[in-house]
Amino acid sequence: MSDTHAQTVAYVRTTMLPPQDPPRAEAGAIKWLRENMFSSWLNVILTLLSLYLIWSVLALILPWAARGIWDAASLTECRAIRDQLYGEGSDVACWAVISDRWQQLLFGFYPQDLYWRPVLSLVLFLVAVLPVLFTEMPRKLLILTGLAPFVIFWLLWGGSIWSAVSILLGFALGWAVLKYTSEPLGALGSMILAVVVPLLYWFLLAGTVAGALHAVLPIGIQEVQSKQFGGFMLSIIIGLAGIILSLPLGILLALGRQSDLFFINKVSVGFIEIIRGVPLIVWLFTASLLLNYFLPPGTNFDLMLRVIIMVTLFSSAYIAEVVRGGLAALPKGQYEAADALGLDYWKSMRLIILPQALKISIPGIVNTFIGLFKDTTLVVFIGLLDPIGLSNSIRASTDWNGVYWELFIFIGLMFFIFCFTMGRYSLFLEKKLRREHR
Amino acid sequence: MSELAIDREIDRSHMSVSDEVAIQISKMNKWYGTFHVLRDIDLTVYRGERIVIAGPSGSGKSTLIRCINRLEEHQSGSIVVDGTELGSDLKNIDKIRSEVGMVFQHFNLFPHLTILENCTLAPIWVRKTPKKEAEATAMHFLEKVKIPEQAHKYPGQLSGGQQQRVAIARSLCMKPRIMLFDEPTSALDPEMIKEVLDTMVELAEEGMTMLCVTHEMGFAQAVANRVIFMDAGQIVEQNEPKEFFNNPQNERTKLFLSQILGH
Repeated sequence: MSDTHAQTVAYVRTTMLPPQDPPRAEAGAIKWLRENMFSSWLNVILTLLSLYLIWSVLALILPWAARGIWDAASLTECRAIRDQLYGEGSDVACWAVISDRWQQLLFGFYPQDLYWRPVLSLVLFLVAVLPVLFTEMPRKLLILTGLAPFVIFWLLWGGSIWSAVSILLGFALGWAVLKYTSEPLGALGSMILAVVVPLLYWFLLAGTVAGALHAVLPIGIQEVQSKQFGGFMLSIIIGLAGIILSLPLGILLALGRQSDLFFINKVSVGFIEIIRGVPLIVWLFTASLLLNYFLPPGTNFDLMLRVIIMVTLFSSAYIAEVVRGGLAALPKGQYEAADALGLDYWKSMRLIILPQALKISIPGIVNTFIGLFKDTTLVVFIGLLDPIGLSNSIRASTDWNGVYWELFIFIGLMFFIFCFTMGRYSLFLEKKLRREHR
Repeated sequence: MSELAIDREIDRSHMSVSDEVAIQISKMNKWYGTFHVLRDIDLTVYRGERIVIAGPSGSGKSTLIRCINRLEEHQSGSIVVDGTELGSDLKNIDKIRSEVGMVFQHFNLFPHLTILENCTLAPIWVRKTPKKEAEATAMHFLEKVKIPEQAHKYPGQLSGGQQQRVAIARSLCMKPRIMLFDEPTSALDPEMIKEVLDTMVELAEEGMTMLCVTHEMGFAQAVANRVIFMDAGQIVEQNEPKEFFNNPQNERTKLFLSQILGH
């Protein structure tokens, strides 16, 4: 008996089966449609209902937008053309407000003959940011990246080239301090000094240095005041400056919050909690109104600069928390392995911990940046002319009194393009890093 | 006795113990809060020694070797490694850490760097070795642990055994004088345990000073010159392997050995 049993159970495969294609109805578009749109009667009904809804919304918007009038000098003229073309009272967009005022919406009251300067700045920025965003770009471009902020600053505000050079000198000073004092003072002491020395230089000496250099060799272009800045240019300057400055500050705060050093830890925690706990608009009012009480009388501290500082501090607190999440997500073994190899704190952070923590934090960081960029519209409340502020003044003019949708759709679209691009880049980066590391 | 592991003759020609002291631990105590984890540890390790530390979990064996490169801080007594005393001076700590290699239970390779970059990172940034030279050294050690062809892959693409061998190569690239192993095979499948142990045996044959926390008693018998048994934060018994396994003295040691070797 047992022999027979063994014979029926024992089995040795002699030929391996070749792979086959799946049945036709189980692959491709047919399968997808059946499974995702028409899998049951209820789903058939829901699919058709959704299609009808989408169609009716588009049927309302598309003719309105597509038949819109682009060429008119005022709303009244726009309406006259409309009545003539499509009949009395028909509902079409009046895009003429955009074609009439787009320059103002983009540049505010920046002098018209100098528009090339902000445009050139933007191009320069895009080139400078390439090697940072895409590691495949030649590394030499990073030199340009380092210089770009100063050139852009000079292009936008104009004036003597020596003020930009003098500010750059402060950074060079900080770098030199860091390089030559880290041996005798240790990493932390030298870093503190590398922050304090340039700050002192900027407050006390930078102006004099720039003035002296300008007296020797006057090179300059026409100066533009901050109050002439406006529109998307203003949003982009505040937004990008905030984004670029808040990332390093946020990372330092996150490291500070993790630090074992009592004061650094408490200062970081206090800073983050206070900044986060108060609405941005309050900080902006503080920047525009209250700060004047604290500064010595007669100081003229540029309002835009003050706003950039506030926005940077505000978003750095959020970045710090996002990065802290990334730091906490790393296994303890990564810290230990870095320690065990003899890497000091800054090297292990820079080479081991931060690259991984930041990778985890990408979605959160980009999310914060998008939020920051949109929050720049709040500056309208302290009297800066961002796109919203300009839309108010455009609608207050007799020509365009009564236009709403067209302006806000345009502004919304511009913001959407920026934010959507950032979101896509974040996805690209996540995918790329995932592909590389697995 | 764990049957896998060592299935070949050990070449003992370079396995000599000198009388130069590599590590000197005296009257060392450590607490976690109020919990006394290590009690009055006295241990002298001579250059070229291969010591296996065994004991039940929670006996403090991992903590002991983690104190040697100060991943854990001891609260009293002294630890002198290669003539440098471990205190709170950061310079000393980094110096000792770069002289003492450590292999972890969970490998702890850096997942965002390739195998080669994992191996060259510390030589380049700590020892200031030129990149070319560091890469040559790294390839040498990767060949030694028999995975040079994986050099440009990422750790996530390797098996556990391969990752652990890379971790060993990564430590060796710093040309350490002492190697610490913290349960290097505990997270591995039986098949992979063998390849890691083979690498460790080769290292022992070259005369490396080794401290291994491990449950691989076959390894202990084959290459160790001293086995230390720990329980409740103390060194309970230490002896050369043959005596230790055949003629344990302490009751606790006997119980442990009967449990680990009994089946």
